[in-house]
Amino acid sequence: MPNKQETTIDKTNASSNPFKNSRVSILNKIMPILLFLCAIVSVFTTIGIVITLLSETVNFFREIPIFDFLFGTKWSALIEPKQFGILPLLAGTLMITSIAIIVALPIGLASAIYLSEYAPDKVRRIVKPILEVLAGVPTIVYGYFAISIITPIIQFIFPSAGVYNALSAGIAVGIMIIPMICSLSEDAMSAVPRSLRDGAYALGATRFEVALKIVVPAAFSGIVSSAVLAFSRALGETMIVSLAAGSTPTLTFNPLDSIQTMTAYIVQVSLGDIAHGSIEYGSIFAVGMTLFVFTFLLNILAQYISRRFREEY
Amino acid sequence: MSTLIEAKDLNLFYTDFHALKNVNLTIPEKAVTAFIGPSGCGKSTLLRTLNRMNDMIAGTRIEGKLTISGTDIYSQEVDVETLRKKVGMVFQQPNPFPKSIYDNIAYGPRLHGIKSKQKLDEIVETSLKSAALWNEVKDHLKRSALSISGGQQQRLCIARALAVNPDILLMDEATSALDPISTLKIEELVQDLRDKYTIVMVTHNMHQAARVSNQTVFFLNGEVVEYDDTEKLFSNPEDQRTEDYISGRFG
Repeated sequence: MPNKQETTIDKTNASSNPFKNSRVSILNKIMPILLFLCAIVSVFTTIGIVITLLSETVNFFREIPIFDFLFGTKWSALIEPKQFGILPLLAGTLMITSIAIIVALPIGLASAIYLSEYAPDKVRRIVKPILEVLAGVPTIVYGYFAISIITPIIQFIFPSAGVYNALSAGIAVGIMIIPMICSLSEDAMSAVPRSLRDGAYALGATRFEVALKIVVPAAFSGIVSSAVLAFSRALGETMIVSLAAGSTPTLTFNPLDSIQTMTAYIVQVSLGDIAHGSIEYGSIFAVGMTLFVFTFLLNILAQYISRRFREEY
Repeated sequence: MSTLIEAKDLNLFYTDFHALKNVNLTIPEKAVTAFIGPSGCGKSTLLRTLNRMNDMIAGTRIEGKLTISGTDIYSQEVDVETLRKKVGMVFQQPNPFPKSIYDNIAYGPRLHGIKSKQKLDEIVETSLKSAALWNEVKDHLKRSALSISGGQQQRLCIARALAVNPDILLMDEATSALDPISTLKIEELVQDLRDKYTIVMVTHNMHQAARVSNQTVFFLNGEVVEYDDTEKLFSNPEDQRTEDYISGRFG
């Protein structure tokens, strides 16, 4: 018997090799390649987008000096005399985003703390899915909501406010990103081990003190990520601002004025009959590039912050 | 030794599960009391009623009376937070906060309103000294509490509990996650602390109870079978079930 076994192993023929299996070897060869191809799709798409943006942007800057673009305070792309100073659009975008964050961050964080630290299991099980549904509401609906409900309330309080104003759109964008901040922060807080909470409770900490001094610091990197993701989302939000914030690129810091954001400008130009290759056409790529650079820097900042303040547990 | 903690006809239910059945027990002041018994016998449950950590488990119901220095700790007039300041706790797994060693100890005092840097420094030093950890960490108090060994972390947790100046220290199998040398250090520490604190410890390890405690309580299926001076309970138990357990016939 021992002799026979030896001879089977010695055989070099694959079909009779007891440690060879066609299913296993094919899967091991094919799957990594297949999965790699899928992964590379998004990488190539990103590269493609950046190249398109860059080439059109470069064309645009051949005609408009980059200095005028970055520091000009007047934007009138569609009306003569044409001027391409990005500052009004930038100010509009930042105003909407700031209002949104001012609305969403406290409410989102407070509800996350409630859900993770106070709410009984039953409440959490009902509220969380509802929040996630809220995150799936199409943004055009929020736009209608801004015009038909928020704007009249604002006009009631501040009669000087226009039909289109930054405040209304900003609040709607804020409401839109609340679920995102709440849901992601709640995930981060729930992931903080119970033993840490127990340690603090055992020292005589109240629920609120545990939430604020133990859970929030331990979940800080997750909370920052959620806030930055929401910030980027607000920065890129298009539909609500196109509907409710107007289309007047003015450099103003009054939230009751009508403004225009970078995204809303791109929509406005894309929908019009602008000739391919014209200066207006190039301008939407330059504006898009600016937006891209902003979100990119923001993400880097977020990574830095969340790494810098991470509390490992 | 005078009685500090007293349970009278104490019953505890987790929803439908009757976890503690008619517990009657006294725990002496400034001594070490050990709770022993097989898993699920209710010893940790009773420990956690002493600082009301069970309150956080939904569906917990308590009947009967549990007094500390004569005050019923489940009465309406008691703040749970103030109770927990007086009744410190150390857990099975070391659970230092993800902060520096210094901030771990200072956490409790800060919580209770101490802001002066000098006072905090003082508390950190005395607490770490009481927990026999000062010499090992005094040169790197700013280092993360997670960078020290498991045994050191557990002593840090003891120091953290001592920093709010409790009367009672509860230890819930505080050595079961540690190696023998760290365990020994903590046992020695318990011996040192018992002059100043009332210590109640849950342990899986009968020999540990025999080594460090003055009084031992034997639990079985949610009941207190017997409690007595440790020496007496281990050498001459009154109940047959205690005898069976300590001689290793079950559990």
